[in-house]
This record gives sequence, C-alpha cells and structure tokens, in this order.
Amino acid sequence: MMNFSRMWAIFVSRNREFFRDKAAFGWNLLFPFLIIAGFAIIFGGDERKEFKVGVFPCPSTQGTEIDRCVPPQIELIKQVQYIGFPTQAEGINKLKHHKVDLLIERGKAPLHYWVNDTAPKGYVVEKMIQGALNQRTDDVMVRQEVVSTRPIRYIDWLFPGIIGMNIMFSALYGVGFVVVRYRKNGVLKRLKATPLTAFEYLSAQMLSRLFVIAFSLTILWIGCDLIFDFHVEGSYIDLAIVFMVGNLSLTSLGLIIASRGTSEEFANGLLNFISWPMMFLSEVWFSLEGAPRWVTMVSEMLPLTHLLSGVRKIMNDGAALVDVQVELAVLCGFTLVFLSVGASLFSWNK
Amino acid sequence: MVKTPIIEAIGVSKQYGLVTAVDNLDLSVPKGICFGLLGPNGAGKTTLIEMIEDIISPTTGEFRYQGKPLSASFREKIGIMFQQTSLLGFMTVYETLSTFQALYHQSYDIEQLIQLCHLDDIRKQFNDKISGGQRQRLLLALALINQPELLFLDEPSTGLDPQARRNMWDIVHRIKREGKTIILTTHYMEEAQHLCDIVAIMDKGKIIAMGHPEELIRRYTSGTKIVLPTEALGEGKGDLSLEKSSVEGHMTIPVEDMNAAIETLLAKGIDLTRMSVQNPTLETVFLNLTGRQLRD
Repeated sequence: MMNFSRMWAIFVSRNREFFRDKAAFGWNLLFPFLIIAGFAIIFGGDERKEFKVGVFPCPSTQGTEIDRCVPPQIELIKQVQYIGFPTQAEGINKLKHHKVDLLIERGKAPLHYWVNDTAPKGYVVEKMIQGALNQRTDDVMVRQEVVSTRPIRYIDWLFPGIIGMNIMFSALYGVGFVVVRYRKNGVLKRLKATPLTAFEYLSAQMLSRLFVIAFSLTILWIGCDLIFDFHVEGSYIDLAIVFMVGNLSLTSLGLIIASRGTSEEFANGLLNFISWPMMFLSEVWFSLEGAPRWVTMVSEMLPLTHLLSGVRKIMNDGAALVDVQVELAVLCGFTLVFLSVGASLFSWNK
Repeated sequence: MVKTPIIEAIGVSKQYGLVTAVDNLDLSVPKGICFGLLGPNGAGKTTLIEMIEDIISPTTGEFRYQGKPLSASFREKIGIMFQQTSLLGFMTVYETLSTFQALYHQSYDIEQLIQLCHLDDIRKQFNDKISGGQRQRLLLALALINQPELLFLDEPSTGLDPQARRNMWDIVHRIKREGKTIILTTHYMEEAQHLCDIVAIMDKGKIIAMGHPEELIRRYTSGTKIVLPTEALGEGKGDLSLEKSSVEGHMTIPVEDMNAAIETLLAKGIDLTRMSVQNPTLETVFLNLTGRQLRD
C-alpha cells in the first residue's frame, strides 16, 4: 500500500540535497544562462552581419578604413560585413575557403565580382547585392517588411532548445547518475531495510526532479526574459504543461539508467551515449530540415524532439494545446514505456 | 512451554555461482538475548545476516520471524546497522533521524533517541562532518528509530578507538536492558565476550560451534595458562609436577586449578613477580576448532 508520508520524506530529503549542494545548484542555473548569453552575443542584436563580402584592392582588412574601399553603390546594404584584401589572389583564396561569401573588385561600374558556386550564402548575397542595385527590387523588399509579423530571432528559436537540453541533462543525470551512486555507496541498501517500497522511492525521486527542474526553469526563464525579452505567442500555462510532460518523459528515461548497476563510470558513459545524440538530433541547436530521412526518423524516436517541437510551436507560433496534442501524446507514451521498463528492471542491491 | 524463537533459519543456503556462501544452515535465536555471529572474513556471516534481514534472498531454505514466514511487516519490526553505509547527503543529523522516522508507522521519540545515542552536540551538523564514532552512534540511532523488536548490528565498533568502543557497548547494554533481541557480528572477541549471551562461530558457510562464550571456552580450550620467564624457574627449581612448554625464553604452564598451581610454584621458591596469566578466548576456540586464526 502506497504511503505518502514515506514518499514525502524522500522527496524532501532529495530536494534538500539539490538546493544545499550550492556548487551543483549554481552551475545548473548558470550553465544554460551562459550558453544563451553567449549565443545572444555572437548572433543576437540588430547589427548582426549575416554575410561577409571581400573587397580588393584595399589596404586594411577591417575597421573604419574599409569604409573607404566599399563601392558607394553597395555601402548601404545591411547584414553585410566588408573585409578588405590587398590583392585579388588573396581574396580568391579566402573565397575558395568560405571565409567570405562574395568578392568584389573596387573600381568603376560595372563592378566585377566572384562567387563560390559551392557556397549557399554566396548565391543569397549575390541576389541581395543585385537587388540593392535595382530600385524595383528594393520596393519589393520594403513591402515584405510591412506584411511580415513579429520576426523570430535565432535566440527565440534557440532558447527553448537550451531549456530543453538543460531539462534533459538535469533529468537524466539527476535521477540516473544519482541513484546509481546511491546504490554503490549503500544508501539504497539502507533504504531497502525500511518499509519504503521501490515504487514510493522512485516516485519520490521523479517528483523531486520534476520540482527542482520546474524551479530552476522558472528562475532561468525570468532571468533570460529580463535580459533578452522573449516573446511567447501562446499561453504560458500550455507551455508549462508541455514542459512538465516532457520533463516527466525524460525523468522516466533517467529511471531506466538508474534501475541497475553500481558503476558510476558506466552510468556516465550510458548517459553520454543517450544525451549527446539526443542533443544533436532533437533540434536543440539547429533545424534538421532537409536532413536525410533516417536522421529525421531517429530524431522522431527521441523525447526531446517532441518536447522542443511542442514548446516552439507554442512559443514561436502561438499554438494551443490542441495543436500540440501529437507531441503530448508521444511524450506520454514515452513516459509509460520508460516507467514500465525502469520499474521492472529496478534493483535496490548491488 | 517452549518459547517460540524470535528468528529461525531452516535449511538455508546461498550460492554465488560455484561458491557456497552459506551451506544448509539451521539457526534459532531466542527472544531477548544478544546473539553474536563470529567468523573470519568470507565465513558467510554478512551473507547470513543479510538473508535474515531480508536484504538478499536465500537460494534454498526459509526464515521465520516469531514462528511465521517473513512478511512485508517484518521491516517495521527490525532495525539494522549496516557495516558500510553512506548517509543521505547534505542533511543534518536531526534531519536524517526525522527522515527515517517518517518511513515507519511506529517510532522512537527523536529527542529520547538523541539522548540515548549521545547525539545532542551534533544534531545540527551535516552527516559528512561528524567523526567515526559519532557516525556509528548515528547509524545505531537510525537502526533504533522504529523501536525494533530485533536489532541487527553488523560490526558496530569497527574502526572506533577504545573510548568510542566502550561508549558503543554502554549503549548496547542499555538497549539489551529494554528486552530487545540483538544479532551482532564482530571481529572483536572481546566485544563478543562482553556483549553476547550466545555466540555462533561460522566457518565456510556453516556454524561450527554455538553456546555461551564462557561455555564455548570451557568446552573447546584447555583452560588458563601461567607464563613465566625461564630464568625465574632457576637451577633446581624446574622440577615441577606441572606440565610445561618453553617458547622464546618463556615457560607456559597450563593449569586446571590456579590456587593449587600457585601454591606448588611458591613451595618451590619460584619468584612470581614477572608471572602473567593467559586466559583462553573465543579466538582460542576458533583456533582449536579450525587450526586457523579468526583474522586469517
């Protein structure tokens, strides 16, 4: 018979451990914040220079000197960072190695330019410069700005990914690694000698992890929102529900790792084996749009993919719960499977 | 009327692959005593005790608690002090006690337990900031938290200094006076002789002797020995009517009747100033039974 006071006792003790381990707790909050801040600095802001265009002959590579080298016809184009090269050979070499997206020779019109056929950005910047030189194209671009809705910055797209990644690491390591350590040092054996059941113990571990992740997520969210001003198109409640369900499925996955074994090294290896592919294949950092079919199939089998898909739909596209029902159903399914496997494999003993 | 033993083992064996840790063992522990389990490392003590505690399952055989097979409520009735256990991290001594208290239906009053186990000074200290002796007393308090009928103490004073060991023994004596049954494993013969009412000596998965420590010593050893420096016997004084053997400058004389032996020695004019008396211990019992030292 399940006893809530026993579960509560374990829940509280695990929470104490988490909040009192100041180094781990601090790092749990700081790490995702640092990543987001780092990306915001690298890619953020309105002054972002998406494309790099080389100009020759120009004595200075960058800085204010370069402004004098840029042909007046194209100097007002935004999103282009100009880099000067003293000779054509040097410019061509950089172009060949994708250091610049396009190379222009200073001089009288018509301007001569070189593009690397294998560089996708080269094509875009070529069209952009052609557009800038054509008044009619300029009109079209202006119209597009007028009809477009709130732009989704890269940081808006990345933020849920970083949060999801943080949940994944915290859920997997906070349950998987910690329980293996408890088994190794005899804490589990001591608890087995009490009336506490495996179900009560594992439920308390899971609930504690859900709680601490929800807590750190809230702090992180508020902190990042104050600095980067995130906009959530959908409902915060829907967002919290998707985070919670995703959190549950990842914590259940942690329980499978926690179910057996006493080797922290092996548990660490197993956690890396699960978490690293999940990080790269769940669209944390980049979209898998256009990736080979097998890659997207593997991605579909990972709970983090569905968590991020649901969160981004709500945050960026204003989706409601009904619009993310597939993601929620898949995450609930994962949770049930992981819980059943974890509970059936669980052993207190070494 | 014969009292039902508090715990019984009936034909219990435990196999680990080809190794037999416990070999078809029968055991019966009466209620209210301190029962000691002695044996060298690898004798099967910990395996046996962990099977009785229901931590591991026997390969064959069964255990009975108060005449009935072990049930889920067994864990409410027992308290265990393991030999090697880490405690929950980042918790104070008091919080650890209250966490474990919440795991049981019936429990000791924490304040009383703190007094009994001398934990008052360290109640607010974190578990990892206390000394070895304090840690053993905390582990004992955790084992007592549910007011168990049956208490298991696995090497309770290992690693403690003599003062801390005496301290631990005093607490165990007080628990005994409350009528609890204690099952204790130890490497220390002195501890077993001091605390235990019945001692079982294990070797190679079997119990090879069992009884009160004094009774075992009487049954399996040849009694007390007097040890004298060889020169104390002097010239012409060595013609004793006592059996003796000489080892490294010392003469050892086994004696049945100490008074008669001393009278004989004094009558021969032997100086007894440097005499020492060797009493047989449970170590001697094990040595005589197996030909090996307990700590081999």
